[in-house]
This record gives sequence, structure tokens and C-alpha cells, in this order.
Amino acid sequence: MEYDNEMAVSFKAIGENEAFARTVVSAFILGLDPCVREMNDIKTAVSEAVTNSIIHGYDNKEGIVRMWCGICQATVYIEVTDEGKGIEDIALAMEPLYTGRPDMERSGLGFTIMQSFMDDVKVESAVGKGTRVFMVKEIGKPEQE
Amino acid sequence: MDISFERHKNCLVVSVLGDIDHHFADLAKTAIDNEAVKTGVKNIVFDLSHVDFMDSAGIGMIIGRYKYTLNKGGLTAVAGLSENLKKIMMLSGLYRIIKIYDSVEDAAKAV
Repeated sequence: MEYDNEMAVSFKAIGENEAFARTVVSAFILGLDPCVREMNDIKTAVSEAVTNSIIHGYDNKEGIVRMWCGICQATVYIEVTDEGKGIEDIALAMEPLYTGRPDMERSGLGFTIMQSFMDDVKVESAVGKGTRVFMVKEIGKPEQE
Repeated sequence: MDISFERHKNCLVVSVLGDIDHHFADLAKTAIDNEAVKTGVKNIVFDLSHVDFMDSAGIGMIIGRYKYTLNKGGLTAVAGLSENLKKIMMLSGLYRIIKIYDSVEDAAKAV
């Protein structure tokens, strides 16, 4: 697929960079003139994916999170990748309210939010190798009830 | 971390300024718990009127404080939600156990 525009950033897997990731994506997609709701949906989905990489992928230990973003016409494509421990059971991890870290007061809603706020979410993971979350959202589409 | 506390009778009002993500929530949880223990209150009201962004970490933070107040025989409430925050609250189902008020004054009176 040929994109009209693309960007990629890599950053350390630390909590401070959750806001950085949201800000970078927001700035990148600004040219598509998203409404407040669309901007918030994308920022929230990015925040969830990056947080997952930091606290689940890397267990809050050292690592690098890579984020790629592409634009094709009015559609935004986002990929968040880590080389952390990976997900053993993706279907279980994506179940609403499931959390792999009950000790951290996590709500278990990360993937549910990504799926609700974006048009499409795909997750690929290999134990010991890492996880790739790929998300798509079209800008300017009426919100579904 | 932009968080401040105010005590209204038996209620701790927690005012947050800025984004609530995992990084913020991790720090805020400890600060709120310490303040709740110090003041001995049984109710907690979150003033989120100055929060533009909250992800699922905020839901986890509120649920944690809900459990705390429940153990004390009290309540947790939230006030001043933007449309984005309302959307997260609805999606999480949190509105079923935590009351949402337009203003902190309304929430503090009700709890």
C-alpha cells in the first residue's frame, strides 16, 4: 500500500512517553482536520497500545517501543510494536476486563477501548519476541451508535 | 503531577489537572490513598473538570478508590466530565457503580 504520508518514532518504554506518543500522533494527523471526538479516540487508542507495551510487553523494564503512522486519503493507520515478552493467548488478552496485571489495579479495558475507538485493530504476538498492534481509523466518518 | 486535595466534611475532593494515563495514575493512586488515610474520610469525589484526556488507567484508578471507600462504608463519585471522559465511563460500565455529577458541589452534597 502506498501512503500519502508516513512517520515513525522509537522511544524508551517508560510511562513519561505515553503522553509523548499521543502528542506525536495528534500532530501528525492534524492535517486531516479530525473532529475533537476522532482526535480523542485516536489518542486514547495509542495511549492504550503504548501502555500495554510498557507494562505488559516489557514488565516496566528496559525496552524500546516503536510507533509508525501512515495516512492514505482520509484514513489513519497506526502500528505500535515492542520486542517484549509477547502475549501467550491473544484472544484471552483481548477479552473485556481481562488483565494480565491484577496487581496493578488495571481495568482490563485496553484492547476493548482500542477496538471501540478505532475502525479496525489487529494484534500479532510471539512469546519471547514481542507484540505488534495495528489500528485503522477513517477520519470524517459518522460515529456508530 | 497536578493533583490537589480539599476536605469537605467527610469527603475528600481530589482535583486533577491534565491528562490521566498509566503514568499519572500510578503516581496519583499513592498520593490519594495517603491523603485519604491521613484525613480519615470515607467518601472520595474526583473533580475531573480540568481533565481533557483519560484512558483505561483512569478507570483503574477510580475503581481502586471505589473499593477503598466501599470498605469504609462510603462512596466514590466523579464530577465535571468532558464528553471524552463520559465515553470512557460508559464503555467501562463504571457509571453503574459510581455516580456522576455535573459539579463537585453537587457530588460533595450527595455523598
